[in-house]
Amino acid sequence: MKEEIIIAGFGGQGVLSMGKILAYSGLMEDKEITWMPSYGPEQRGGTANVTVIISDDKISSPILNAYDTVIVLNQQSLDRFESKVKPGGILIYDSYGIHHAPTRTDIKVYRVDGMEATFTMKNAKTYNMIMLGAYLKVKPIVSIDSVMNGLKHTLPERLHHLLPMNEDAIRKGMALIKD
Amino acid sequence: MEINDIIKPENCVYKKPTLLNDTNMHYCPGCSHGVVHKLIAEILEEKGWGDKAIGVSPVGCAVFAYKYVDIDWVEAAHGRAPALATAIKRLQPDKLVFTYQGDGDLAAIGTGETIHAANRGENIAIIFINNAIYGMTGGQMAPTTLLGMKTATTPYGRRVDLNGYPLAISELVAHLDGSCYVTRQSVHTPAAVRKAKAAIIHAFENSMAGKGTSLVEIVSTCNAGWKMTPAQANDWMVEHMFKKYPIGDLKNE
Amino acid sequence: MKEEVRLMKGNEALAHAMIRYGADGYFGYPITPQSEVLETLEAEMPWESTGMVVVQAESELASINMVYGGAACGKAVVTSSSSPGISLMQEGISYLAASELPALIVNVMRGGPGLGTIHPSQADYFQAVKGGGHGDYRLITLAPSSVQEMCDFVGLAWDLSFKYRTVAMILADGIVGQMMEKVVLPPQRPRRTDEEIRKQCPWALTGAKGRKPNVISSLELDTAQMERNNERFQRTYREIEKNEVRVEMLDVDDCDYLLVAFGSMARICQKVMENAREEGLKLGLIRPITLWPFPYEQIKNAAKKAKGILVVELDAGQMIEDVKLAVECKVDVEHYGRLGGIVPNPDEVLDALKEKVINKKK
Repeated sequence: MKEEIIIAGFGGQGVLSMGKILAYSGLMEDKEITWMPSYGPEQRGGTANVTVIISDDKISSPILNAYDTVIVLNQQSLDRFESKVKPGGILIYDSYGIHHAPTRTDIKVYRVDGMEATFTMKNAKTYNMIMLGAYLKVKPIVSIDSVMNGLKHTLPERLHHLLPMNEDAIRKGMALIKD
Repeated sequence: MEINDIIKPENCVYKKPTLLNDTNMHYCPGCSHGVVHKLIAEILEEKGWGDKAIGVSPVGCAVFAYKYVDIDWVEAAHGRAPALATAIKRLQPDKLVFTYQGDGDLAAIGTGETIHAANRGENIAIIFINNAIYGMTGGQMAPTTLLGMKTATTPYGRRVDLNGYPLAISELVAHLDGSCYVTRQSVHTPAAVRKAKAAIIHAFENSMAGKGTSLVEIVSTCNAGWKMTPAQANDWMVEHMFKKYPIGDLKNE
Repeated sequence: MKEEVRLMKGNEALAHAMIRYGADGYFGYPITPQSEVLETLEAEMPWESTGMVVVQAESELASINMVYGGAACGKAVVTSSSSPGISLMQEGISYLAASELPALIVNVMRGGPGLGTIHPSQADYFQAVKGGGHGDYRLITLAPSSVQEMCDFVGLAWDLSFKYRTVAMILADGIVGQMMEKVVLPPQRPRRTDEEIRKQCPWALTGAKGRKPNVISSLELDTAQMERNNERFQRTYREIEKNEVRVEMLDVDDCDYLLVAFGSMARICQKVMENAREEGLKLGLIRPITLWPFPYEQIKNAAKKAKGILVVELDAGQMIEDVKLAVECKVDVEHYGRLGGIVPNPDEVLDALKEKVINKKK
């Protein structure tokens, strides 16, 4: 198993921490992990992004041409990364603020109205967990237990009372994917 | 009575400290460095600190201080002695750690290290020889050179518009919360030497007691650089240097 | 502390490794992209656990001279910085080398020259391996390409540094510093006792108790003696060149073309090899782990079978000079590099190989 993912959006949308939680979830399942934040060539146009590679085997490059899964949270990131999905790969995008929807037909495209869901849930802070949930529904590369374990590792103990809320958000995100 | 009848231990009234070895000093006759070296050796010996002391020598005339006083020494890069001393004392808190620096080393190229070591309150003693000139490189202007004073790089005298003002760095260090003892002394008379010795002892005691940074400025002569005889240099120092750099304690906490 | 598997940034791994390999002191000044080293140390508070001293200095100038002071005491001391800060340290590094003191310096390189950029680069290769400071000296230079190596090389660098009384440098870059990977942190190596330091480092400043005074100085005005000192340094360097070359060779025995890269670029080149294999193109990779001493012999031997070599660096062509020295003009050696903080993706490297090496041959 090897999954090469990029998550991209505005700074403040929880892009880096979403990647971090995914990385920790992989660690919980004893996978090899590389987490590479937007740094160098990726940091253009005011967007933040993170590459996460989860693999059974040793990982080579942290810098990639193309990805198995691309998760984009704004138009700029969609414009930039749609072409980087491997043929047959997955593109997950949030329709909020998107004027030009993706056009590729050789990949699986999932529209997730995560931002809208935060309005009804009245909690914008778990936005990235909703998107993570949607991704895990599409591609269950790690279990929810591992994600929650990973979350425990990234959240300081004084914030552990927020864990159930995050789990709710993950499940909400899963529900947003129509089979 | 023959001379050998007189040279006997029971007749000894004064001797060179044994920590001050027999290496010929490279200092010019009349220079203040030799006196201060002797004081340091004498103090370390009298207090039994010789095997606890680690000295940091500067770049400048005192670069070879390590050749004359038989303790552990490290020779620093120009101006950096307080940075070395910081690490040495932090890593070996039971040691007596001191730097020995001139005015160019301490108050020009090493101002940052001096201020920040003192501001952190490092438990070190700084012995500061201020003779208002760069001795080793041939008598150029120092940060402490007095206005009007002629040097190799101020051949017509130091001018404010060209060279700025003489720097009273001890006053600066005294303002810092991390310094515990800042004093200005001289070694031009036996009485002054005795006072300077007491000041260095106090600074060393502070280092051992972990009280913070001590700075002992010794207003000194450089008769070679000043182009005077040793006696003239002493008089000139009293008349001119003491006005800008008055003798006495600036801080003693 | 026991062995532990953690997920962390390369910079954080450096800090944990310093503590666990028994560092006595860290002295540093913040600079992107390596500030996590000092931040992690301050958060871990090793002075409470191992007794390690951590000082945030007022400048890199002060940091390196604190390292000089600590090293003179025979202590295991370290500083870290990024390119502009390392430039500021060069005088101190030269003094450390001249005083034959063991110390560890970490450079997490960023793009230059000047203030440059905070983004990754490998353009300090010359500075590290040819001597950035004045005089004839060398640094044992280790180039990590993973977070695990960021950790492991701290221990290795200190061991080599104390063995030869020579400064060691870990030459990393912003990618290895900033990325997170799984890392196995070693169990706690106890800090050496004062007694052990006196035994291991009889030259150290520990107070002249029951022995003659020790003096650490790089000054020697007697030119004949200074030449003898230099000859002694050079003998040590020859010894290191003989014993301490480290290199990773991947598929070099069965390849058409060779890639040579270090640090993060070697990781990217591994992906290039994977992608090239799918096209039926056989590539080998030589990754110098010690940039000094450089693996001249290993490259020379591997190059005999190759049709061409591409040296891939985040600079305008620095390591390529050593690769060319190694192959003695017997194989075509070309360079591909991105500058000023840009990192190529694997496709760009493969395209460059085709354009500069493979198609040039036809």
